[in-house]
Amino acid sequence: MIPIWYYAGKKMSNELRSRQVPLLALAAAFSFVIMMFNVPIPGGSTGHAVGGAIIGIVLGPWAGVIAISVALILQALVFGDGGITAIAANCFNMGVVMPFVGYYVYKAISGNSEITSSRRVIAAAIAGYLSLTIAAFCTGVEFGLQPILNHTADGVPLYMPYPMSVTVPAMLGEHVLGFSFLEALITALIFAYIQRTDTTILYGENSPLQKKKQKLGASA
Amino acid sequence: MDKTIKNLAIGLVVLMILAPLGLLAVGETFGEWGNEELKDKLGYVPQGLEQLGSLWSAPMPDYAFPGGDESMGMLSIAYILSAVIGVIVCGGLLYFVGKHIAKS
Repeated sequence: MIPIWYYAGKKMSNELRSRQVPLLALAAAFSFVIMMFNVPIPGGSTGHAVGGAIIGIVLGPWAGVIAISVALILQALVFGDGGITAIAANCFNMGVVMPFVGYYVYKAISGNSEITSSRRVIAAAIAGYLSLTIAAFCTGVEFGLQPILNHTADGVPLYMPYPMSVTVPAMLGEHVLGFSFLEALITALIFAYIQRTDTTILYGENSPLQKKKQKLGASA
Repeated sequence: MDKTIKNLAIGLVVLMILAPLGLLAVGETFGEWGNEELKDKLGYVPQGLEQLGSLWSAPMPDYAFPGGDESMGMLSIAYILSAVIGVIVCGGLLYFVGKHIAKS
């Protein structure tokens, strides 16, 4: 994770506009709070949404890495949630996978549609759904690798007791059928709100690069 | 401040007040079991976990006051306070660092 954070930090110091700063602060705070909303599912387990997709869509995936990582690290250090030895894994799954999957799925489905089109709201919802689902899948695989990599000489797992055949279906199942719908709903609601109020805060809209492209297009 | 950002911030405050709803969910997230739960489930606590568990003690484990009473009211207050701390630290940190490095 350290090289990813380093690169994300570099990227931000090059790209961050001061108008986005309150939004960045808000994004990290939002992610922290939304993860406190534990939702029960049948079977006695709980889980939560992350807000990773909408943060990636609004601020761009690299700023998303920073915002979500800050929330996750604070959770682990102060509230013992996630745990300090899992910081890197959690930051990768939720802090990297989610904003990137979210942003690129949203972009791919949106295509060249109008910024205010309803197609983009649907794109945001699907982005939210897939981002959390893929993050959960990654987590399941990482859990499943644990007993293979770390066990005592006689094969007793040192950390994660369950094998891949349990962890992947468990993580994937409860997200596909449950938490990912919540993530989709949150992503779509916030996106629709921004769409109706101020689309210029969205990443890539009105960016210097895009303005340049528009200028080139106009002069050609 | 932008009106949109202001309204989003108001939305966040509402979420913070509603946060104790997250306490209603019983059961633990997959993979986030504590030592006692693991002992119930498996009959043993994996060795490595037992050792790593003492590596760090969080000042407010599980978003509650350490040693505080376990009534719903108290837990809710601690939970909201945790949300406030989270928002101030996350938001504050990124706001100041952001302001420092941002291009106007």
